Amino acid sequence: MTQSYRPDTPEQVAELVAWAAAETTPLDLRGHGTRADLGCPTNTSHVLDLSGLSGIIDYAPNELVITARAGTSMATIQAALDDAGQMLAFEPPDWRALLGKPDGPDDPPGTLGGLVASNLSGPRRLAAGAARDHVLGIQGVSGRGEAIKSGGRVVKNVTGFDLSKLMTGSFGTLAALTDLSLKVVPRPEESRTVLIRGIGDQAAMEAMSRGLCSPHEVSGACYLPEDVACRSAVAAVRDPGRSVTALRVEGPEPSVVWRSEALRNELSAWGPTDALHTADSAALWAEVRDARLIADPPEAQIWRLSVPPMNGAAVARALEHNAPSALLSWMADWGGGLLWLSLAPTPHAHAAGVRRAVDHHGGGHATLIRASRDVRAHVAVFHPAPAPLEALSRRVKESFDPAGILSPGRMAEGR
Amino acid sequence: MRMPDPDADVIARRAAIARALRRIVPGEGVIVDEDALRAYECDGLSAYRQPPLIVVLPSTTEQVSTVLRYCHDNGVKIVPRGAGTSLSGGALPLADAVTLGLGKFNRILDIDIENRCVVAQPGVTNLAITTAVQDQGFYYAPDPSSQIACSIGGNVAENAGGVHCLKYGLTTNNLLGVEMVLMTGEVIRLGGKHLDPGGYDLMGVVTGSEGLLGVITEVTVRILRAPETARAVLMGFPDTDSAAATVADIIARGIIPAGLEMMDKPAIHAAEDFVHADYPLDVEALLICELDGPEAEVTHLIERVEAIARDKGATSLRVSTSDAERALFWAGRKAAFPAVGRISPDYYCMDGTIPRHALPTVLKRTAEMSTRYGLRCANVFHAGDGNLHPLILFDANVPDELERAEAFGAEILKLCVEVGGVLTGEHGVGVEKRDLMGEMFSDIDLQQQQRLKCAFDPGQFLNPGKVFPTLHRCAELGRMHLSGGSMPFPDIPRF
Ligand SMILES: Cc1cc2nc3c(=O)[nH]c(=O)nc-3n(C[C@H](O)[C@H](O)[C@H](O)COP(=O)(O)OP(=O)(O)OC[C@H]3O[C@@H](n4cnc5c(N)ncnc54)[C@H](O)[C@@H]3O)c2cc1C
Repeated sequence: MTQSYRPDTPEQVAELVAWAAAETTPLDLRGHGTRADLGCPTNTSHVLDLSGLSGIIDYAPNELVITARAGTSMATIQAALDDAGQMLAFEPPDWRALLGKPDGPDDPPGTLGGLVASNLSGPRRLAAGAARDHVLGIQGVSGRGEAIKSGGRVVKNVTGFDLSKLMTGSFGTLAALTDLSLKVVPRPEESRTVLIRGIGDQAAMEAMSRGLCSPHEVSGACYLPEDVACRSAVAAVRDPGRSVTALRVEGPEPSVVWRSEALRNELSAWGPTDALHTADSAALWAEVRDARLIADPPEAQIWRLSVPPMNGAAVARALEHNAPSALLSWMADWGGGLLWLSLAPTPHAHAAGVRRAVDHHGGGHATLIRASRDVRAHVAVFHPAPAPLEALSRRVKESFDPAGILSPGRMAEGR
Repeated sequence: MRMPDPDADVIARRAAIARALRRIVPGEGVIVDEDALRAYECDGLSAYRQPPLIVVLPSTTEQVSTVLRYCHDNGVKIVPRGAGTSLSGGALPLADAVTLGLGKFNRILDIDIENRCVVAQPGVTNLAITTAVQDQGFYYAPDPSSQIACSIGGNVAENAGGVHCLKYGLTTNNLLGVEMVLMTGEVIRLGGKHLDPGGYDLMGVVTGSEGLLGVITEVTVRILRAPETARAVLMGFPDTDSAAATVADIIARGIIPAGLEMMDKPAIHAAEDFVHADYPLDVEALLICELDGPEAEVTHLIERVEAIARDKGATSLRVSTSDAERALFWAGRKAAFPAVGRISPDYYCMDGTIPRHALPTVLKRTAEMSTRYGLRCANVFHAGDGNLHPLILFDANVPDELERAEAFGAEILKLCVEVGGVLTGEHGVGVEKRDLMGEMFSDIDLQQQQRLKCAFDPGQFLNPGKVFPTLHRCAELGRMHLSGGSMPFPDIPRF
């Protein structure tokens, strides 16, 4: 039977981890558990539930920084930011629907610590940076049961190694995060999205590249093939029944009006354009951010690939070619640099083919986001690293967690 | 400054080491001549000098790998060096270490406009990247004042910043990939032309690691399309408080300028005498605020910034009307260090960061310290992100002035930490701030950072004596002191 501990203070976390280290008892770290099925399954009988470490410690809108306990609900963070007209610029996604978790208004939305530990970023990542670019400081408990900290509450800081970046995306395998400081920014006054309909995937990559290479500060660029666009809740995206290439501009109102027009001119070579205004624009990017358009059918295996943007279409085609019946649907975000694939389920999740396609097209990485526990236990969920890098990653893990008790095996064997 | 005791055995083996290095890097690439070595005896922190044991200048990744493996196997330390402009002594040589210079890695390997990135060797200068892409309307955003000289590899190693970092981020936010050689000679690649490296963010750790983790042999950076318009506003204030209030208000209203810089009276006068930027001389503080983007946005935001400044009591307000005038506004700021160098035999540049709201307090207390230490101080800041550069004026030929300047500087940095800031915003710890690390970090924090160092370089051959005030052996750090216990935890909720 699993035993779950829910400490209320960083000191209790340190006490628990020190005990677990002494007894070599592995702990599975979690917040709300909304991403518990992301990563390799861990075989632990003890859960360290960090959602009791809750509350905003210091939010100074004028300093553009928020500090909160790692277990704070994203709903709390979101409400505070909304009140001040600010946001997390990396557009944190909500993958509950994608991962088959309840996502009603009263269901737990995930914790700040969980968000940071999985370094998840949405469409604005290509302009504003990833979650890791916005984490200014961390406090946590290493696998030795020792309280450690790095960074601070200021943007510019090169004092010592940047452990904040290392912790971000480490899925709880290096330390139990207890407190986090993140950079926040003002919410843009206005947002508009330029649409091009009915163009093919390669043309879409080129159009997105043209937009991103323009001076119009595009803050989102995605391509939805016809069958994916048809699932949108936004009528202007869904109803025409054609592929959609979408580019977003945000900022002060006069600037957005001017830039969206300029962008439409810039992209007119690809055919007639259309524009989505505030609410429709926001609705489309939320669907893209949360990968909702690719979530069905629920039994499909979902991959998320990061590749050089101009190679996005070529990677998708290579997969279509290698496994024609397996690829159920796909879409691209980040100007072609982020591919979402939905594949018919198999025990090996087509991992070799997916990774070969990435490796043959300029490199990058492929992560298996959704598959059964069994499949994730046998297929490398994260892109395997070459031997020297894998060995280094293990040494890094050991340097924080010598007894291997923090979510062991969540990212790869031994770490 | 105490450096680790030189290893007499290594020094005695100097000739044999040089011979071995010559077999790896033939010709001019190995320097042993005393006069020639002197060119490498310091970096931008010239108060500390030490000729290196030998200098090696490889030109391929394979040579770097072979040199490191040889040094690893033969117990020889390595100090990596880019252009030697570090202001914290990061590239300061050691008597028993080989300085590995990356000057020959000076080629841009790939300009990929469609994917908006450039792949360059580490010895390419920061400015050369912008120069290579500006014809096509692009630029590389982080712009340290040293950009004509400093190397992109050195920028990665120091996580360099610049005036544009407020809007566009530091080196770490503009870096897509690196190739790096570990001390064992193993070559690893982190990231590439895609976003996010995947796995542990080792690239994030390597950025700003000051040559302690590996030698960077290739860099992929993101380039940005140059904005359509950029205009700057020059604002003079009767006191530093109203300038600080203006900075706070601009940010609070949701405006993120491309640059937001502040200078105090001594800095204004020194800069004006040097570059004749036509700065107002009857003010106590000057702000330069640059807005960039489409014309419509810039016009809109400039009006808002002017209104804020007027409201806070600005006595002089000018908006640039041409790129030449904008460049002139910046010329004084960008030349502030050499300008101060003209009015004082020596100066010492500090680099703390503070929360913006603490600016008035820190300025007031710095002025008190200036009186107490009997040394003048000119202040320039990256005000938008709270990064201070107090320049302490002194004369190294006057007995004890260097010591007083260092003590004054240390007191400023401690104050930065006291008000919630940090010791260094962009210049790095190096040897300069090494012994102040305890102000910010506990022994446990520092030991954990050193354990990370051990994961990369267990023999501690790379750049020893920098960043960490005390060196521990990796074996000793690795040990776990367990206070094994029974497991009641009466206080911790269980389910
Ligand atoms: C006048 C002046 C103005 C400056 N202005 C700024 C500024 O505005 N912003 C700012 O951030 N900095 C500034 N600096 C500091 C300095 O220019 C930067 O820190 C720069 O990044 C150092 O680059 P470099 O090539 O000279 O590196 P070096 O000084 O040669 O080395 C710096 C450190 O990096 C390591 N290193 C260098 N290359 C490599 C490599 N390839 N692999 C591994 N380690 C390596 C070295 O070991 C050393 O620890 C300024 C310096 C001067 C002199």
